[in-house]
Amino acid sequence: MINFLQNVIDALSLGSLYALVALGIGLLFGILRLVNFAHGDFITIGAYSLILPSTNVVATMVIGSWHWAVLIPVVCAIVVVVAMATDVFVFRPLRRSSAPTLMIASFAVSYMIQNGVLMMYGARPKAVNLWSALTTQVTIGGLREPVLQIVTIGTTIGLMLVMSLFLKHARWGVQMRAAAEDFLMAQYLGVRGNFVIGLAFAVSGILAAAVSLLFLAQTGALSNVMGVPLALFAFVAVVVGGMGSLPGAVVGGFLVGIVTTMLQAYLPPDLRVFRDAFTFTFVIVVLLVRPAGLIPSRSIAERV
Amino acid sequence: MRFHRSLHGFVTPLVLIASVALITFLGVLGGDQVKTSLTEMLIRMVVVVGMWVFVGNSGVISFGHVGFMCVGAYAAAWATVDPNWKSIMLTGLPDWLQNGQYPIPFAIMGGAVLAAAVAVLLGGAIMRLSGIAASIATFAFLMIVNSVYSNWDAVTGGTSSIIGIPTVVTPWVAFTLAAGAIFVAYAFKVSRYGLMLRASREDEVAARASAINIVRVRLAAFVLSAAIVGIGGGLWAHFLGVLTADTFYLSLSFITLAMLVVGGLGSLTGAVLGVVVVTIVVEVLRALEGGIALGKITLSLPPGSQEIGLGVVLALIMIFRPSGLTRGREVLWPRRRSPMTEVSTKTATALGPGE
Repeated sequence: MINFLQNVIDALSLGSLYALVALGIGLLFGILRLVNFAHGDFITIGAYSLILPSTNVVATMVIGSWHWAVLIPVVCAIVVVVAMATDVFVFRPLRRSSAPTLMIASFAVSYMIQNGVLMMYGARPKAVNLWSALTTQVTIGGLREPVLQIVTIGTTIGLMLVMSLFLKHARWGVQMRAAAEDFLMAQYLGVRGNFVIGLAFAVSGILAAAVSLLFLAQTGALSNVMGVPLALFAFVAVVVGGMGSLPGAVVGGFLVGIVTTMLQAYLPPDLRVFRDAFTFTFVIVVLLVRPAGLIPSRSIAERV
Repeated sequence: MRFHRSLHGFVTPLVLIASVALITFLGVLGGDQVKTSLTEMLIRMVVVVGMWVFVGNSGVISFGHVGFMCVGAYAAAWATVDPNWKSIMLTGLPDWLQNGQYPIPFAIMGGAVLAAAVAVLLGGAIMRLSGIAASIATFAFLMIVNSVYSNWDAVTGGTSSIIGIPTVVTPWVAFTLAAGAIFVAYAFKVSRYGLMLRASREDEVAARASAINIVRVRLAAFVLSAAIVGIGGGLWAHFLGVLTADTFYLSLSFITLAMLVVGGLGSLTGAVLGVVVVTIVVEVLRALEGGIALGKITLSLPPGSQEIGLGVVLALIMIFRPSGLTRGREVLWPRRRSPMTEVSTKTATALGPGE
């Protein structure tokens, strides 16, 4: 029982990371119909921004050694700037392009960022020790949990609350939802298109920065493709949840996280190496049963 | 006008094949380095033309085709590697594969059949999804293939590669198959299925209203396309002589898609042209990375600039030529260009007094 509970908490912690990534991807998809492959690389940039740019094997912390109250906003700012820069330089000129073109453009951005990081920081993965205090374990009624997992789940819940309050009540949030519902109509009603899209990139940048810190504290290793698996799992999460629906992205993210963790825990050892294959097969099966995702978004359905 | 298709129909593939033959002829005159790049390019042409059969005609981007390449490559390698090595390293293979060694053409065809069979299973499942969801599902397929092939030690050698595959693919062998792929792809394009599929690309609802079974035509293209890409995989295996699952992953997926987009998704000419152009860009950047001697100083770009350069070229082409270099047109096609919606007005004015 204790074992199972432990697995549940692991699952929730991984699921909340995926949910945060999926939320960032789902937000841009809702407004822009952009499947942003570069989101994973925003995460990579957030993590690399902590150290000094050099190709040395040993990472020298710069921003990473600052107090967390300074570190977090600075990393967020860096990722937001990068995210908005990709919008200005690549996605804004492609505003009128089709969804597949945007998708491939984001693939190109992702490829450029990965190799840019490679160029600046070298190819070898680097070990980084961020917030080691968080890896200590606390015991709650027989359950031994690293503080980090609780922090991860807490942060996710917090960010989601803030996000939903922002989207429901703040002026800009309402504009974003309006743009996601019907972009053209929102523009007719006075919503500034490029502003809202820039805002969406900024919000997804903040989400990516949060994930990068939580993920790095967990793994302690930097690599130029570290964000890719997160983004890949989050994509399928977004599709499973229902493309264009934010609650769907969150549900999908948690679902994929839970399935992955449970497969890891309960698959026979021989099959455990194929965990990802099982997860993605599960995803395809879910899509077969519900082609529009678990929580289909109304606005995405094509009107004739 | 429609009925002239059968008369003039095969000008495009013949011109394409002739151009590729010319490139091959010039290439084999070069040194070993040039020949290697040339063979690599021709094999990629098989793969990209194969991808185009599905992506170009259906308008659904697939990230998973490199997965079919992987399937085809491994299947071909299983059949041709020395049985002694297989009995030590690949203990999980069935007896007839483990103890036998088969002629290479059959092995490559076997790879194509296996890739097609996988495509039937996968395609039957995901062709019902909408465009973007289907794209992401093909991504899931790529992950599944990668996960299985890099971990199933008894059958694929896992992370340690399969070695000792006979390297028999010369530039002319690769050319022959590239020509074949171009021909088949064109034949599919002008077939009934090709036409129905492109109708569904332009307007799904209208196509459905015209009694086109979108799932079925997409599936047909998907399977044919997987088979051609599978052949490309088999060629790749018998060109390199070594196989690792990680070759067939995001990076190759990116390069092949970049080739399609650079040339223009709308036409077969685009697929062929894209392969040539991207190969040239990559080779030039690679040479620059290696360094160029200018008098006494050697100028070289830092490692990674090849990939970044390719990304920049791709982004610029998408911004300034959204329908690719060919703008969705076929070469030497005097009357009627491939119907890309974005360029339809331009095309209409550009149509000369061809009739």
